[in-house]
Amino acid sequence: MKLLIANGYLVDPAQGINTGRDLLIEDGRVLGVLERGQERPGGVEILDATGLIVAPGFIDLHTHLREPGAEYKETIASGAAAAVAGGWASVCAMPNTDPVNDSPAVTRFVIERAQRAQLANVFPIGSITKGCGGKELSEMGEMKNAGIVAVSDDGHPVPTAGMMRRAMEYARGFDLTVVDHCQDVSLTAGGVMHEGRWSLILGLRGMPAAAEDVHVIRDCVLSKLTGASVHIAHVSTSGGLDAVRRAKEMGLPVTCEVAPHHWTLTDEALAAYDTNTKMSPPLRSRNHVNALLEGLRDGTVDAIATDHAPHHADEKNLEFDQAPFGITGLETAVGLAFDLVNQGIIDLEQLVRLCSTNPARIFSLKDRGTLAENAHADVTILDPACEWTFDASTSKSKSRNTPFDGRTMTGAAVATIVGGRVVYLNPNYTRITDAKHRQASAK
Amino acid sequence: MNFTRKHLLGIRELEPGEITHLLDTAETFRDISRREIKKVPALRGRTVINLFFESSTRTRTSFEIAAKRLSADAVNISVSTSSVSKGETLLDTARNLEAMAPDCIVVRHSMAGAPQHLARMGNAPIVNAGDGSHEHPTQALLDALTIREHKSRIEGLKVAIIGDVLHSRVARSNIHLLTKLGATVSVAGPGTLVPLEFGELVEQGLRVEKTIEDAIEGADVVMILRIQRERQDAAFFPSMREYAVHFGLKPKHLERAAEDAIVMHPGPINRGIEMASEIADGGRSLILDQVTNGVAVRMAVLYLLAGGGHAELDEKGH
Repeated sequence: MKLLIANGYLVDPAQGINTGRDLLIEDGRVLGVLERGQERPGGVEILDATGLIVAPGFIDLHTHLREPGAEYKETIASGAAAAVAGGWASVCAMPNTDPVNDSPAVTRFVIERAQRAQLANVFPIGSITKGCGGKELSEMGEMKNAGIVAVSDDGHPVPTAGMMRRAMEYARGFDLTVVDHCQDVSLTAGGVMHEGRWSLILGLRGMPAAAEDVHVIRDCVLSKLTGASVHIAHVSTSGGLDAVRRAKEMGLPVTCEVAPHHWTLTDEALAAYDTNTKMSPPLRSRNHVNALLEGLRDGTVDAIATDHAPHHADEKNLEFDQAPFGITGLETAVGLAFDLVNQGIIDLEQLVRLCSTNPARIFSLKDRGTLAENAHADVTILDPACEWTFDASTSKSKSRNTPFDGRTMTGAAVATIVGGRVVYLNPNYTRITDAKHRQASAK
Repeated sequence: MNFTRKHLLGIRELEPGEITHLLDTAETFRDISRREIKKVPALRGRTVINLFFESSTRTRTSFEIAAKRLSADAVNISVSTSSVSKGETLLDTARNLEAMAPDCIVVRHSMAGAPQHLARMGNAPIVNAGDGSHEHPTQALLDALTIREHKSRIEGLKVAIIGDVLHSRVARSNIHLLTKLGATVSVAGPGTLVPLEFGELVEQGLRVEKTIEDAIEGADVVMILRIQRERQDAAFFPSMREYAVHFGLKPKHLERAAEDAIVMHPGPINRGIEMASEIADGGRSLILDQVTNGVAVRMAVLYLLAGGGHAELDEKGH
């Protein structure tokens, strides 16, 4: 059965399309893009996207799905449900599970669970080192054969330059991008928030921005030494972003992502010791937030990634020092990204680049991040005018640890299509699918 | 101005008028401790729980005596390990205590924000008796009461705070209180314990000095902080000996201070380390006055938070 997404406004930077077009899909692939007025094929199911943006499926480079090992926080199925509800057709699953995804067996387990859920595409990321221990290389080649798309010890910064050099040299041979959580742990030991005025006021141990800066600079230098593709996860500091900017000017294969909470909130949000404002890297001060906004504006930032990090309420409902780092993000990221559009920091086309085109390129996800002919039929349908309020109690995630509960946003993903199947449709947008009934009754 | 807050969690959020009201109330209670019968019925029938997750002699005793002099029933709980080691959360511990209907819970905890956590999630009025490196509001109030007693004002005074400012909740609460009431504060100590950006703690009235001599220059009040060995999980200075030589307060330092400068310390003192014994025991030292004023300040706080106003009405009504 063919599916026609009709009357929408197609934004696909990879093809340079930013205009009204219909999209024809068959058997999980894109059959083609039809111009307005072009004769529509018969026998097709129609989705009516009038007034909506039709974009290549969004790809989250940074998701924690918690399975295996912490299924009480999230499962691959619940995380995938939250992903598609937030407009993410694909998520890249970080390996810091229990056991760590440092072997092809775990990689295959994640892929099988995702296939069973039949929601988002789940692309596993393998660990750089065994058990994310920072000492011995993981079996990157075997994991690549099993299906990983990148390597990372996220949450556990690779501690020594020597280990990171080996990892980059080895990963390069398998065309695997090395993703690093940049934080010099000798500078952040015991820290629970950004070091600055608010950490002094609150009496909480700080993590200086310099801890991220020196680590990003190190990784850029090592990228030059090894030639490896390096992706800096969740950049949160002005210095880290500057280092990436310089690396790009030097032509190094360095990319970076930013998480929505880091450009939306400052460290002042911790004033009431709400543990849903505790994550790593931490919320930074205004000057860093402004630097991130500038990086989004000037294109230094390549991707928007959620760093979705679910934790159980019991774990978060502790003293600030005791609560784990991390917040959920899959269902709020696109709404918060629309803030950038509404504030004129980026345009809609750049939003699609940051959430789909570039992520596909960074992890070399073939035939994704575009709606070109024969690409995978992953589509995110957006309504830039949709004003909505996030209600964490209705989240598809198993966890509720978000600082954005009750936040009103303008702009939302209203439907998500994965492999040609509509896996999410905002209940207020039944008119999208009503079109097929109209089509049927017209016959 | 009245004090109408439900909790006393820190000085930072208080208005200058609220601080003055607390101090004025404390002054009226100071006399009670000088009487032969040191007890008034203000909080008769009320229950105050002292919930201490961190060891303390002075503060806990002070709160207990304050409660008893107001005729409240004071219950002391040291939870250093007992419930916590059984895996009970802070919140569950507090909720169980709340189920016994206390009128006020006084909390000390090694982690910053613990009293805020209880205030947000629970029902009883919470008094912060020191939370990690965050605040220790009653200490700042008793220090201010002591300064007012000897200098008859706060406004316009120059106060030097010397030592481990970074880890000190006493320093933070004092800086907030003193600058709110118009004093200027200079802090100094080892660079590892007095970061340059500490000056950003408050909008104005705070200076970070490079040497303790610079901080003490012309000071009306010299506050010495305790070296908190229990919070020093990493080496912030090479040795106690080096600290004593370079950062310990000695008589020669006081020559730089104002002629009638007073010296304070929140206790307990590490004699010969942060402060020479001859200063601690000397004529300028108000260390024991601070302890005495601590009872008055805590009486005022408990009176205002644990329903003292209502008790007074009851007295009159009978």
